[in-house]
Amino acid sequence: MSVFTIEAGLAILGLALLLVEAFKPDISRRTLGLTAIAGTVLALVLFIFAPHDTASLPGFIQPWHQLDGLAIFYKGFALVITILVLWLTLECAPYLTRFTLDGKLGEMFSLPLLVCAGMMWMASARDLVTVFVSLELVTVSFYVLVAFARKSAFSLEAGVKYLILGALSTGVLVYGIAWIYGATGTMSFDGIAKALANPATGKTAALFGAAVLLCGLGFKVAAAPFHMWVPDVYQGAPTPVTAFLSVGSKAAGFVVLTRALDAFMAPGSIIGSEIQALLLVVGALTALLGSLPAMFQTSVKRLLAYSSISHAGYLILALACRESARFDLSSGGVVAFYLATYLPMTVLGFLGLGIMRANGLGEDLKDFTGLAKRNPLLALLMTLSFASLAGLPLTAGFLGKLFVFLGLADHGCWGALSCAVIAAATGFYYYFKTVLAMYSTEGTDVPALTLSGATKAVAGALALVIVILGVYPKPLQGVLKAGHTAVVLK
Amino acid sequence: MSVLEIIIALPLLAALAVWLGAPARAASLGATIVNLILVLYAVVQYGGKTGLAFTCSHPILENPALSFAVGADGTSLILALLTALVMLAAIWQIEDRPNIFYISSLLIGGGALGAFLTTDVFFIYAFHELALIPTFLMIALHGRAEPAQRKAVAWKATIYLGAGSLVLLAGLAWLVLEFSGGSKLTFDLEALRNQAKLTPLPDAKQAQIFFLLLLGFGSLVSLFPFHSWAAPAYATAPTPVAMLHSGVLKKFGLYGLIRIALPLLPQGAHVEWVQTALIWMLLGNILVMGLVTIHASRLDDTLANSSVMHMGYIFLGIASGSDLALKGAVILMFAHGVSIALLFGLCGRMRNQLGTLEYNKLGGLATHAPAFTVLFAFGAFASIGLPGLTNFAGEVMIFLGNFTDFKIGALSSLQWAVIFALWGVVMSAVYMLRAYRSIFHGSPATGLFMIDPALSQRVPFILLATTLLITGCCPSLLLNLMKSAL
Repeated sequence: MSVFTIEAGLAILGLALLLVEAFKPDISRRTLGLTAIAGTVLALVLFIFAPHDTASLPGFIQPWHQLDGLAIFYKGFALVITILVLWLTLECAPYLTRFTLDGKLGEMFSLPLLVCAGMMWMASARDLVTVFVSLELVTVSFYVLVAFARKSAFSLEAGVKYLILGALSTGVLVYGIAWIYGATGTMSFDGIAKALANPATGKTAALFGAAVLLCGLGFKVAAAPFHMWVPDVYQGAPTPVTAFLSVGSKAAGFVVLTRALDAFMAPGSIIGSEIQALLLVVGALTALLGSLPAMFQTSVKRLLAYSSISHAGYLILALACRESARFDLSSGGVVAFYLATYLPMTVLGFLGLGIMRANGLGEDLKDFTGLAKRNPLLALLMTLSFASLAGLPLTAGFLGKLFVFLGLADHGCWGALSCAVIAAATGFYYYFKTVLAMYSTEGTDVPALTLSGATKAVAGALALVIVILGVYPKPLQGVLKAGHTAVVLK
Repeated sequence: MSVLEIIIALPLLAALAVWLGAPARAASLGATIVNLILVLYAVVQYGGKTGLAFTCSHPILENPALSFAVGADGTSLILALLTALVMLAAIWQIEDRPNIFYISSLLIGGGALGAFLTTDVFFIYAFHELALIPTFLMIALHGRAEPAQRKAVAWKATIYLGAGSLVLLAGLAWLVLEFSGGSKLTFDLEALRNQAKLTPLPDAKQAQIFFLLLLGFGSLVSLFPFHSWAAPAYATAPTPVAMLHSGVLKKFGLYGLIRIALPLLPQGAHVEWVQTALIWMLLGNILVMGLVTIHASRLDDTLANSSVMHMGYIFLGIASGSDLALKGAVILMFAHGVSIALLFGLCGRMRNQLGTLEYNKLGGLATHAPAFTVLFAFGAFASIGLPGLTNFAGEVMIFLGNFTDFKIGALSSLQWAVIFALWGVVMSAVYMLRAYRSIFHGSPATGLFMIDPALSQRVPFILLATTLLITGCCPSLLLNLMKSAL
C-alpha cells in the first residue's frame, strides 16, 4: 500500500465520519472518537511499513508528490500529533460538550483527520499549487475547529479572528504565488530554484513575490509582525485544538517554508542573501515579540501562545542559516529536530491544561497555585514540559535551541543570535513563574486531582520522550541525517 | 563504567527514590555516605598521578560531537571531595522537613558532582543548570522570609544567574566554534584543549572570548559588580541550600575559569585590558564587599557578604597566572567551601533555636553552648585565615604566587592589587571577630537560651571542622593531587 493511498484513506475516513455524524445523530461521541483514533493509528502503522520512496506512488501523482526524508518525517509527525489531539479531545470531551450547541462533538473527531491528510499531503508538495490546496484543506478545517465551542464567547471571537486573518493571509499567499509565477514562469520548487539561479530572471519581481509569499506563510506560522492573532485564537480555541494549532499547524507551515526556502535560497540564487537578511530580522523579531509580552501574562494558555510565537522565531532563525558547514543537520534538519522536540513538550503542556479544565479549574496562573499538592505527578510532568520549553539542559528543548544557536554562531549572525538569547533568557522567567506557582504551598486546602490511567500513560510517555531526546538524541539525529541528502535540492 | 559515573548517578538516583516514596532520610544519607566513600576511594586511587583519570565516554550525538564523558584530575577530585563532604553535612541538617528538602539537596549535590566530573563542555554546563533550578525553587518556596520577599530574592538570583549562564553559553559556543577545528564541531574538552595548543588564537580574540567567559562564570561566582544577588539569596535560602550553594555550587564558575577558560585561552587573561578589568572587579569584591560586611548587623548578612568577598581572593589567584597562585586558588576554593558550609549550617541552627540573628540581640552564648561555640570558632577562624586551617594555606599561596617575580619600585598592577587586597584580611578579621564576640561572649542577652546540639547533630559540623584542621595542617594532602601544572 503506498503512502498516498494511506493519506487518501484518512481523508475518506474523515468524510465518512462526517456523514455518519450527520445521518446518525444519536451515535455516541466515544464511538466516533475511538473510530477516528483507531483509523489514525492504523494509518500510522501502515505508514511505517509502507515503501518510502517516490517511485512507490501511483504514477499520476508522482509529478506533484515527492517522498524524501523531510516528507516522511513530517507525515509521521502529522499522524502522531493527530492521534494525540484526538485522544486529548476525547479526554476533554466532558467539558467541551458544555460549550457546543447540541452538546455533541461530532465534527471534532472527523475534521482532525482531514487536517492530518492535508498536512501529510503538504509535506511532500513539489509545487506551489499543491501547497496552496493542501494548506487550505488544513486551514479551512481549523476555522471550524477553532470556533467549535460555540457557546463560549472566547471561542467565537477566536474563530472570527482566525477566519478573517486566515482568509487575508490566503489572499496574500496567492498574490505571492502569482508574482513568483510571473517572475519565474513556473510553480514547481525545482523550477523556481533553477529560474532563480539564472541571472536573467527579474530580481525585483522575484524578490517581491518571494517576500509576499513569505508574508502569507508568516501568518500561518505566526511570524512577527503577523503574530497578533495567536494569543486570542489560542486562548479562545478549545484546548485540544490549541495544541493542534500550536504543533500541527506550525509544523505544516514550517515544512512548506523549508521547501520554499530551499528553492529561494538554493546555491546561486539571485535573491538568496536578501531573503536570508529578511529571515534573520523576522526571526529575531518573532522570538523577541513572543517572549517579552509573555512575561506579563497571567493566563497560562496565553503564555503558551506567546511562547509558541517565540519558538516560531527560533525556527525561522534556523531556516535563515541554511546548511551549516560544520554539523550534520541541514537547516531543514534542525527545524525538524526542533519540531520533534516541540511536539512532546507542547502537547504535554496543553494536556495539563486540558486536565485542569476537565477538573473544573481555569487556565490562570492562580489556578496552578498548589498544583503539586493536588497531584504531584501532574505537577512534575508539567514542570518537565515547561523546563523543556524553556530550554533547560538535559531536556529535549535545550538541544533544539542549541542547534539553532550554533547555526547562527557558525554563520556569524551575532545580532540575531543576541536577540534569540535574550528571548530564551526571558523564557526562563515566565516558564518558571508557572512552575513556582505549582509548587507554592499557598492554597494548601485544595481538593486532590486524579488522573485516569490512560492520561498517566500518555503523559508519562511524552515526558519520557522529552527526557530521552534530551539525553540521547543520537537516533533522532540519525533519522534526520538519513533524510538529509534528499532534502538538498537536486 | 567508571567510578565517577556511579558518583554522579548516586545522588540523582537517591533523589528519584525519595520522590517515588523511599524513606527520605535513610535513602539520602545512605547515598551520600556511600558517595563520600567512593570519592575518597577515587582520591586515594588518583594519588600523585597527573592528567585525567577514570575516563569513560558514551557518545550521544556524532556531529556535533557530544558525549557523556567523565574524567577527573586533581582539581576536579578536590572539588568532588568538597561536594561530597558538604552534601553529607547539608543533608544531615535536614530533619523534620518535607521530602523536597532532601530531593533538592541531592539534586544540587548531584548536579555539582556532574559539573565537576564530566569532561564534555555540554554536560559541564548542563549539570550546573540542573543544580541551579532546585536552588531557585527552594529559595522561593521555603526561604526564610515573607513570601513576597523571598520570591523577589529568588527572582533576582534567577535573573542574574540565568543571564550569566546565557552569556556563559554564548562564550562556550564561541569556544567550540573556534577550537573544533576541521569539519566537525566537538564539545570534548580534551579535544578542544589539544586544538588550542596546536593552533592558538590571536591574543586579541582570546581576550574577547575570555572576557565573555569571565562575565558568564563571574556572575555565577558573584564577581563584583554582578554580586548583588548573592547576599540576599544566601541569607534567605533554607540552611541546606545555603550550605550547598555557597559552599559548592558557587565554585563552579571558578572551576570553569580554571578548567576551561585558562587552558584554552592562556593569553586571554593576561591581555592588558582584561587583566585591568579583572583587577578592578576583584578589588571591588574584596574591598567594597569587605566594607559592606563590616557594616552588616546580622550574622546571615555577614556570612553571605563575606562569602562574596572571599571570592575576590580566588579571582586574584586566577588572575595571577602563576602555578603557585592557581593551586592556592583551588585550595582556597576547597577551604572556603568547607568553612562557609560549616558557618551557614551553624547559623541555621542558631536561627531555628533563637529566632534572631541580630548582633545586638545576642550575647554570651558560649556559656550555654560551649561545643557549638568551638565549632563556630573553627569556621570563623578558618574564614579569617588563621594558620593551621586550610584557608590560610590557600591565601598565602595566592599572595606569594603573585610575588614570584617582583622588583621593588617596579611593581606590576597585579602586585599592587595584592597589596590592597591584603587589607581584606584585616577586614575579615574585624567582622568575624566582632560577630564571634557579640554572639558568644559578653553578657548573656535576656531571654535567649541555646543548648548544644545533640551529639548526632554535631556529626556534620565535626566532619567539616576536622576537614579544615586536617587539610589545614597538611595542605600537601590536597597539593599532591595537583602534581601537574594546572
